[in-house]
Amino acid sequence: MYEILEKKTLSENVKLMRIHAPLVAEKAKAGQFVMLRIDEKGERIPLTIADYDRKKGTVTIIFMEVGKTTKQLGTMEAGDKILNFVGPLGQPSEIEKFGTVVMVGGGVGIAPLYPIVRELKKAGNYVISILGARNKSLLMLEEEIERFSDEIHICTDDGSKGVKGFVSDVLQKLIDAGKKIDVVWAVGPVIMMKVVSDLTRKYGIRTVVSLNPIMVDGTGMCGSCRVSVGGETKFACVDGPEFDGHLVDFDNLMLRNQRFVEEEKHACKLLERRGI
Amino acid sequence: MGVKKEKHKMPEQPPEERIHNFNEVPLGYPVEVAVEEAKRCLQCKNRPCTKGCPVEIDIPDFIKKIAEGDFDKAVEVLKTKTSLPAVCGRVCPYENQCEGQCTLLKVGEPVAIGRLERFLADYERMKGVKPPKIPESTGKKVAIIGAGPAGLTCAGDLAKMGHSVTIFEALHAPGGVLMYGIPEFRLPKEIVKSEVDYIEKLGVEIKYDIVVGKTITIEELRREYDAVFIGTGAGLPRFLNIPGENLNGVYSANEFLTRVNMMKAYLFPEYDTPIKIGKTVATFGAGNVAMDCARTALRLGAKKSLIIYRRSEKEMPARAEEIEHAKEEGIEFKLLTNPVEFIGDEKGVLKAVKCIKMKLGEPDETGRCRPVPIPGSEFTLDIDTALIAIGQSPNPLISQTMKNLKVGKHGNIVTDENGRTNIPGVFAGGDIATGAATVILAMGAGKRAARAIDEYLKSK
Ligand SMILES: Cc1cc2nc3c(=O)[nH]c(=O)nc-3n(C[C@H](O)[C@H](O)[C@H](O)COP(=O)(O)OP(=O)(O)OC[C@H]3O[C@@H](n4cnc5c(N)ncnc54)[C@H](O)[C@@H]3O)c2cc1C
Ligand code: FES
Repeated sequence: MYEILEKKTLSENVKLMRIHAPLVAEKAKAGQFVMLRIDEKGERIPLTIADYDRKKGTVTIIFMEVGKTTKQLGTMEAGDKILNFVGPLGQPSEIEKFGTVVMVGGGVGIAPLYPIVRELKKAGNYVISILGARNKSLLMLEEEIERFSDEIHICTDDGSKGVKGFVSDVLQKLIDAGKKIDVVWAVGPVIMMKVVSDLTRKYGIRTVVSLNPIMVDGTGMCGSCRVSVGGETKFACVDGPEFDGHLVDFDNLMLRNQRFVEEEKHACKLLERRGI
Repeated sequence: MGVKKEKHKMPEQPPEERIHNFNEVPLGYPVEVAVEEAKRCLQCKNRPCTKGCPVEIDIPDFIKKIAEGDFDKAVEVLKTKTSLPAVCGRVCPYENQCEGQCTLLKVGEPVAIGRLERFLADYERMKGVKPPKIPESTGKKVAIIGAGPAGLTCAGDLAKMGHSVTIFEALHAPGGVLMYGIPEFRLPKEIVKSEVDYIEKLGVEIKYDIVVGKTITIEELRREYDAVFIGTGAGLPRFLNIPGENLNGVYSANEFLTRVNMMKAYLFPEYDTPIKIGKTVATFGAGNVAMDCARTALRLGAKKSLIIYRRSEKEMPARAEEIEHAKEEGIEFKLLTNPVEFIGDEKGVLKAVKCIKMKLGEPDETGRCRPVPIPGSEFTLDIDTALIAIGQSPNPLISQTMKNLKVGKHGNIVTDENGRTNIPGVFAGGDIATGAATVILAMGAGKRAARAIDEYLKSK
């Protein structure tokens, strides 16, 4: 069992939890994820590692309440325990000195972007962060990310904070201004990663995306998480979750992520009926 | 009076009933039938059956005790060699092992050794399993990676020798394929749990949620333990690599079975993990895994469940009993047929599969006839769900994270017959060494490795 040591509400349906999981914390690296299962009847879901503290033996997760499991998790409090918490899984982000990196985070994707920003800064890169969300209340970790960024740009779809527009508009402006960009990281909704990859492809700028397909085991055993990358089938849980954005078949990923929407809706309804 | 030529029949749930539930299909021998069946044994001097058993069970001895009605003694004989009798008594391919060697085959059917083993294991479980004697500690520590049949057997045997054993398991449940792969109606999960309980009572500790190679490395384990056994199985699902395989509605057998068995998707929404099953389900492959998929699909409500296999009936690798059960349940077999493409609708959902007819050609390296496509024989079948059950490869995680470990060309860890790898103190066995095989072979490998580890520890 893994104890929740701290819980914070970042916005109405985005929560942060610090979990006691010393073995995971010990090995965690930016870009990796955990699989968790709340209780005996729960499903296994992947969540990206938002931060870790090796000394304290803790791992931070940040999640948006979208499905049955994340909604239920959101009702748990500090002191409660999670039944299973496995990791760190997947390949860590490639951290080295690239030169100038642009870090694009959308919505809840900002959370997993944070440790990558931090590590890339520590590796000596010039870091430009672009954070975007539908509105102000869905932005998060701006201060933390700013601390490890040389430049930060904020945008919202409705203009409630920063400039009004999409992260890709901001990126386009940077490119138009003649910034020499070595690598772009894009973490967020699939559609955002697709738009960013389509944009950077035109300019030949290497782009890393972090994919979030439906997983079951998270250890390479089932192929639920398979994605098509450059025409080849890859398992996101072991080969990824990061891939070359210019090679990913995002349309297929979007379709595959719809596999169980009806079931998910049904489960959420039942949860609501139980008053959660 | 001569011996009865046929095995005594085991009562089963009738097909029309069982396709609507997940309860076990065969119901086990009643006491009188078990005793009668045991009396068919000729107690041959040369004991051919025992030679056919990878874990060396003293078969004629336990059968004799059953015939005498001394079931407790029979259990004792059985348990000196196997820690998982209730499992083996259900899923072992006896026809190729012990029963395949039985002298009675000369006149008719062999003694139903598998059914008798199951009878004893169930008898013991009903009665309450006697806690085992725990031997004095040797002070040596062994780490076992993977709680499948290979790892569990190795752990149980080492514990009986007095070593301190810890199993590291990636998933949240023990049993490996026994838990996530083989369905409830063939191997109830309660039975796997109670066999694992027994191994824990021997003093074995199981740590879950630990992916060796990620959460901890083999090197770290080697520093802390005197020896390491790798029993990580063949968990990597193979795909057909044909167009349309990533459409919604196409699952690997592993995904389908893991959702249903380990995550209990058949009880959704009481359990959170969902599964979707269409009206017409096609399973590709004809091994045990394929039979399990096709039969599970029926129980989840499929109207039609097909097995599509590129060779003929003779080459089907599944156990005889599984094929028989599948036929009784109305599974349709489309043999000498190979898929070439999955076809989806505009929403990316599977709606059909294009297949081609095959004929058998020359035997290949496995000795089975190689199937060759018949040009121009393509046809399309409307299906809603496709389950790919064409095999699994060894799990690459450990070998990827331990560069100097010797690995064969299929990703299997190379060992000698006693499970020694090229690295002293590191042993391996089961599907990770052989490629996907059987429960009993994995157990046999675990057993031999336990002996080799014991020798290694004594020589250190
Ligand atoms: C659906 C299905 C039906 C089958 N039916 C039969 C049958 O009827 N009869 C029969 O004899 N055989 C059958 N088999 C084959 C049989 O189950 C296997 O041969 C046997 O389970 C292999 O045992 P194992 O211990 O080597 O590996 P597994 O059972 O695969 O166990 C390996 C364990 O190691 C764990 N693991 C993997 N990697 C790591 C890691 N890095 N760190 C920690 N843990 C790890 C896995 O989670 C798993 O629990 C069937 C297989 C399947 C899939
Ligand atoms: S989640 Fe099962 S293989 Fe990736």
